[in-house]
Amino acid sequence: MAITAEHIREKLTAEIGAVHVEVEDTSPNRCAASFKVLVVSPQFEGKTLLQRHRMVNSCLAEELKEIHAFEQKTLTREQWEKQNAQ
Amino acid sequence: QAGNVELGELVKKDKVVVFMKGTPAQPMCGFSNAVVQILRMHGVDEYASYNVLEDQDLRQGVKSFSNWPTIPQVFFNGEFVGGCDILLQMHQNGDLVEELQKLGIRS
Repeated sequence: MAITAEHIREKLTAEIGAVHVEVEDTSPNRCAASFKVLVVSPQFEGKTLLQRHRMVNSCLAEELKEIHAFEQKTLTREQWEKQNAQ
Repeated sequence: QAGNVELGELVKKDKVVVFMKGTPAQPMCGFSNAVVQILRMHGVDEYASYNVLEDQDLRQGVKSFSNWPTIPQVFFNGEFVGGCDILLQMHQNGDLVEELQKLGIRS
């Protein structure tokens, strides 16, 4: 299974209601499939950092078996807007 | 599930426990290195670290124990804290200082 940035974006949008996803394919810097994602979802509201990351991990559980390195940042819509305003 | 019982004991033995690739003196992966550097920055010198590259059973075992798919993994007081991204964000937003204080570690 070849994992693409587009596939990751679609899955996060469909399964955890992400309203904004940035996927950076960092594979060229490493020896195998690697990705860095920024996920903005209203479903992160009221959840701890660990719970949010667990949501992303379980959404991409199948893919993570194939991915060598995975970095993630999880924001609510409000945190995302605040970050953009800076 | 004997492995989970053993891991349950292992993560409680020390206040700070890290499962990583390589050792604090010689990390073998950038993410493991990041965790080591963050802990060092906060003056956490004494912690237990386990090299998953030396033990494939441990590498798989810790993933299923914490239900977390990647290495490194950090535990405070027997509780799973997260991986490199979470530790880095806790470092940036100040939560890490607070959590370390709860462990009696002043950073």
